[in-house]
Amino acid sequence: MADQAHNAQPSSVDGQTRRDFLLYATAGVGVIGTGLALWPFVHSMNPAADTLALSTTDVDISTIKPGQSVTVVWRGKPVFVRHRLPEEIATAEQAASADLRDPQKDADRIKKPEWLILVGVCTHLGCVPLGQKPADPRGEFGGWFCPCHGSHYDTSGRIRKGPAPKNLPVPPYQFTSDTTVRIG
Amino acid sequence: MSDFKSNNKVVNWIEERLPVFSMMQHSAIEYPTPRNLNYWWNFGSLAAVMLIIMILTGLFLAMNYSSHTSLAFDSVERIMRDVNYGWLLRYLHANGASMFFILVYIHIFRGLYYGSYKAPREILWFIGIAIYLAMMATGFMGYVLPWGQMSFWGATVITNLFSAFPVVGDFIVTLLWGGFSVDNPTLNRFFALHFLLPFIIVGLVVLHVWALHTVKSNNPLGIDMKGPQDSIPFHPYYTIKDLFGIGLFLMFYLAFVFWAPNFFGEPDNYIPANPMVTPPHIVPEWYYLPFYAILRAFTFDLPLLPAKLQGVLAMFSAILILFALPWLDTSKVRSAKFRPLYRQFFWLFLANALVLGYVGGKPAEGFLVTLGQMCTAYYFAHFLIILPILGKIEKAKPLPASISQPVVKAAALIAMIMVGLAGFGGEAQANSGEGPALKKPATAFSWEGVFGQYDKAALKRGWQVFHDVCSNCHAMKLVAYRNLADIGFTADEIKAFAAEKEVPAEPNDEGVVVNRPARASDRIVAPFANDKAAQAANGGALPPDLSLMAKARVAGPYYVYSLMLGYEDAAPEGHPIPEGKFFNHYFPGNAISMPAPIMDDIVSYTDGTKATKEQVATDIVTFLNWAAEPELDARKSMGVKVMVFLGVLTALMFALKRQIWKDLH
Repeated sequence: MADQAHNAQPSSVDGQTRRDFLLYATAGVGVIGTGLALWPFVHSMNPAADTLALSTTDVDISTIKPGQSVTVVWRGKPVFVRHRLPEEIATAEQAASADLRDPQKDADRIKKPEWLILVGVCTHLGCVPLGQKPADPRGEFGGWFCPCHGSHYDTSGRIRKGPAPKNLPVPPYQFTSDTTVRIG
Repeated sequence: MSDFKSNNKVVNWIEERLPVFSMMQHSAIEYPTPRNLNYWWNFGSLAAVMLIIMILTGLFLAMNYSSHTSLAFDSVERIMRDVNYGWLLRYLHANGASMFFILVYIHIFRGLYYGSYKAPREILWFIGIAIYLAMMATGFMGYVLPWGQMSFWGATVITNLFSAFPVVGDFIVTLLWGGFSVDNPTLNRFFALHFLLPFIIVGLVVLHVWALHTVKSNNPLGIDMKGPQDSIPFHPYYTIKDLFGIGLFLMFYLAFVFWAPNFFGEPDNYIPANPMVTPPHIVPEWYYLPFYAILRAFTFDLPLLPAKLQGVLAMFSAILILFALPWLDTSKVRSAKFRPLYRQFFWLFLANALVLGYVGGKPAEGFLVTLGQMCTAYYFAHFLIILPILGKIEKAKPLPASISQPVVKAAALIAMIMVGLAGFGGEAQANSGEGPALKKPATAFSWEGVFGQYDKAALKRGWQVFHDVCSNCHAMKLVAYRNLADIGFTADEIKAFAAEKEVPAEPNDEGVVVNRPARASDRIVAPFANDKAAQAANGGALPPDLSLMAKARVAGPYYVYSLMLGYEDAAPEGHPIPEGKFFNHYFPGNAISMPAPIMDDIVSYTDGTKATKEQVATDIVTFLNWAAEPELDARKSMGVKVMVFLGVLTALMFALKRQIWKDLH
């Protein structure tokens, strides 16, 4: 319909080169700018400063008797603190770590053998495994049992059976005194 | 359309099933556009870009906003302070609303000037008015969401408009509120509607463009395209011209976002909503001001028509009359270029609308009331008397036989926009400037100017003043101890500041709540447990929270600086002040409950600076401004980079545009 203008030949070869250069330069700079402008939108969905600041939880462990577990909240997730019995420590240490799905020595998962501290989120699809309360099923390896899809964790929180791919993760923590642990 | 062919098999496969490619080819590439459109025709596409920016920023803001009255204000401040780039998203959105209206007003007045509402473009014009109405509703409800004082009282006043209608008025108002006043149900539904309406606008825009592509664009000459020689394909001629316009516009828009983000806002909206206290001077956002003036212009009761109802009807009519415009304007000639009389009246109408806007932003007092009434009368006379008569008596200049060349050049456009902005700026600032001229420090505050950044040493000294003096009575609940890292304190220093105060811990195993020392992640602990305790300890006056003080007053930093130094030992003659109050030149009403808070050597600065009271005032104002605008340093340095980038991009687009258009000129 209006093609006589659309198809008008550029006045010279030089003009064509100049036009191509401008076209590619403008498009390139424009694309870069659009890409950079998207970052603030994406980054706004990352954890905010106040969320990141709430990254430590203090736990008083003086009241946890041997054999008992407590669950505390850290970054909105349950953290298991278990005061392990000597026999639980022994079975955890004896497991031949090379045969495990996610091979790890018990010694690499603890700071003090009687205290096992784990993020209580199943590595399969994020349910909270059972085993914190005395009446809970603890699975075939005496640790934790995830009721959602049947993953069994041992007394070191390592995956032994079921669909989960990884051991229960160990959060960063330190003993700030003999009776308190700071998680995070 | 049907002749679309591609060499790409996938494209052809899709095309046969859903003809999206031929549709794009037809309506975005080949669309025959008059070859003589001037830069005033850029504003439609600019408004579309602005709508997209508003929806995008709004979507990401909504991810962090809480629409509950007890959380809304603080959640907005959390967006400003803690959410990554939250300040950028919010300032883009808040200033974007004003930009959207600027663009749309220019777009509307372009339509008025060039007669774009006349046959066959009536339905195109109707859809445009519907978009404008939807924008007004969206803008109003969006302004309510931050739940500041202006939000609350704006919502109260605007919803009360509907109470003017006889019989059903009160029913409608209660229905809007979901209660007996503007409250939590109102906020919730406004949020839901504010989220919905932009998508309705998108739908209307699709209809608007559809109608446009059916009847084709008007043009500065207002005559129809008579053949291929009058038109050019939309792409590449108008795509590059629109993109160049977007580059210019973005620089204008972002200048506000990065350097004057609260220019269009009201300081009162940084005070949390308080249903018990109306601010002394409430105004709607600037884009409603002309209609607000019309609302207030009616002061005499008539039989069956009380003044209140007249005002409300007039206000709605002022917009709805635009629907009748295609028939009220009886002239067959579209463009004002060929209508010597209409052209005069067009500018008179524009000036009248600006005066109405000015009047709407001022208190309804004295001569302004009369002026508002005269302008209101003229507004309606323009549509109901002048336009119908003009079409009959005006002798139009001869129309050219066909479309020729573009008329208005970029330079002229920019000059006109600048003049318009000066007007808007004047209006936005119209309600400041009461009380004595404010004091200014001997040297400007470090953060002023295009490149100004906070003076870290002054911030640390200011914190010391706040910590030793102000914080004995004033809270600062939006700032956390961890934020002090921004002004150069170390983690250990911050822990020590926090540990001076206690906060309630989680209930222990016996269910007892005991106190624990505050941590870096806690907000600055208030000196009193609650407002009542604060009032009781301060002779009945509540010391305001200082988190946003520097933004919550007109010319905030200068106001606080002046207030600090504005005390008199004894009230001057003729200014009696009540027992227990103190005289301050700058406090509204002069009688302030706070005794002079600072004096020479009230603190002894750890960095050895001499603590004269001017120095102390400068330092505390610097600190308070940081507390209110902690993002300022990041904002300005990002602004400089963005502007340099946009400058390069826009220059490239301009060069490309000239190259593309070269063969046409």
